[in-house]
Amino acid sequence: MGTARTSVRRPRIRRPGRLAAEAGALLLAAAVAFPLYWMVLSAFKPAGEVQSTEPVPWTLHPSLDAFRRVFQQQDFGRYFLNSLFVAGVVVIASALIAFLAATAVTRFRFRFRTTLMIMFLVAQMVPVEALTIPLFFLMRDVGDAVPGIGLNTLGSLILPHLAFSLPFAIWMLRGFVRAVPEALEEAAYLDGASRARFLWQILFPLVFPGLVATSVFSFISTWNDFLFAKSFIISATENSTLPMALLVFFKPDENDWGGIMAASTVMTVPVLVFFVLVQRRLVSGLGGAVKD
Amino acid sequence: MRPPSRHGSRWTPWLYLAPALVVLVGLLVYPIYQLGLISFLEYTQAQVSGGEPTSFKGLANYAELFGDGQFWQVLLATVVFAAACVLCTLLAGCSTAVLLTRIRAVPRLALMLAALGAWATPAITGSTVWVFLFDPDFGPVNRVLGLGDFSWTYGRYSAFALVLLEVVWCSFPFVMVTVYAGIRAIPGEVLEAAAMDGASQWRIWRSVMAPMLRPILVVVTIQSVIWDFKVFTQIYVMTNGGGIAGQNLVLNVYAYQKAFASSQYSLGSAIGIVMLLILLAVTLVYLRLLRRQGEEL
Repeated sequence: MGTARTSVRRPRIRRPGRLAAEAGALLLAAAVAFPLYWMVLSAFKPAGEVQSTEPVPWTLHPSLDAFRRVFQQQDFGRYFLNSLFVAGVVVIASALIAFLAATAVTRFRFRFRTTLMIMFLVAQMVPVEALTIPLFFLMRDVGDAVPGIGLNTLGSLILPHLAFSLPFAIWMLRGFVRAVPEALEEAAYLDGASRARFLWQILFPLVFPGLVATSVFSFISTWNDFLFAKSFIISATENSTLPMALLVFFKPDENDWGGIMAASTVMTVPVLVFFVLVQRRLVSGLGGAVKD
Repeated sequence: MRPPSRHGSRWTPWLYLAPALVVLVGLLVYPIYQLGLISFLEYTQAQVSGGEPTSFKGLANYAELFGDGQFWQVLLATVVFAAACVLCTLLAGCSTAVLLTRIRAVPRLALMLAALGAWATPAITGSTVWVFLFDPDFGPVNRVLGLGDFSWTYGRYSAFALVLLEVVWCSFPFVMVTVYAGIRAIPGEVLEAAAMDGASQWRIWRSVMAPMLRPILVVVTIQSVIWDFKVFTQIYVMTNGGGIAGQNLVLNVYAYQKAFASSQYSLGSAIGIVMLLILLAVTLVYLRLLRRQGEEL
């Protein structure tokens, strides 16, 4: 009876405002997307139009000049690969390490478990930026001992980001690991699987969607990093990442806006593609993690 | 959750935790200890280069900091700015989440994709694009609003407002998507029943949805507080390092400028410790809320 009544009622309650709501939503979507549209548009505008005092939201003479400037003058391809490498290593390493840790705190009962969970939670709140100072000295000292990972190397960007993405990743993965039924574990052992086999061949594939959602966050925070790149890569510009390369186009007298927008486009589009690809998993992953 | 089984020894969980703990202790716990230590030392360029020995100054750095009028001004600006960002982000995020539940698939997808785009945009590119949009000479915003060559980054409040817009733009999608997921998880019958009882939309939100969404709202609020309190890139890039004469400084940028621009590492560290303590207090509130909701850690 309930369903019959609602099916009659529902359209009448929702219809009147719906068209207005949909129009509003489309307008809002356009407004929210506009900065990105303007960025891409300006990247393709010829220099004269970008620096025009009467800007128009279209161009009749699209040009690749700005992109050419970016890639030819500034060694941008190299910075792009550096950014990709740093973010890639952080994503993979933090996913594996967080998976193990999340398994430990969800599938086992042991002393200090709750303490650890609270520590992971607190660790998420640490103002990363405040740690730039001690990390700067730590990286300097590490560099003296192990030349490969000190200041001016990509390692000095990878290690801190790994540490900062782990607490959140563990916290988020917890729900996914817990959702795997205990019975499955028992069954695996009854069938003679070892613990390692269960871990990597059964549990890992099952929590993979959660790992994807988690990876989005570690990827974004690493890809976006500006502060560490600015502070730790001092003289070895060949180890710079994209955010620093972007700043090259800011000039005291006159900013090269076309170059800035082209560089911004190159930096944003991969993330956009990544987001759209994992969109469904991200939304469901977020729902799952938060509900938990 | 079961006791350690025959399949693993007492040490198995610690074995699994080992890599995470090594990384976290080495790159988080130890630097925090160092940060505290440096804040009690005399630590400037002379000590960093090894020219002079480091000396213990006790609370002198803190005394200097708290005696400086600019510190209190920056602290106040940080708190007010973060609060404004959190409020606007939550309002925008929650209202768009509710909007998403009212519309059909096509406009919903459009809004979702636009929001994902804003979310995916790196802070630094978002900052540069927004500055460009509001550029007094070449930006379209001043043309549309008829503001002439009004410079947004020149005045203190207009510069903060510009940064606020960018921050809300790139952080409301997280709130929207999360709250939307939460609303979708509310059984439809509950809402139908409320509507049948003649409750207004506002009443439904306040008396039915908001209580059910409380856990999610707590999470997104706390996350927003933490993010917005720590804003660095946007302020640094959009106001060119903290605005004219430092009028747009927030604690993070202030600490950075103290440490790396004027080599006063001890003062920078003391500011860092102050931030750490404030965020720790927020975390404790969060933990209490979680506990009260009966969440098992």
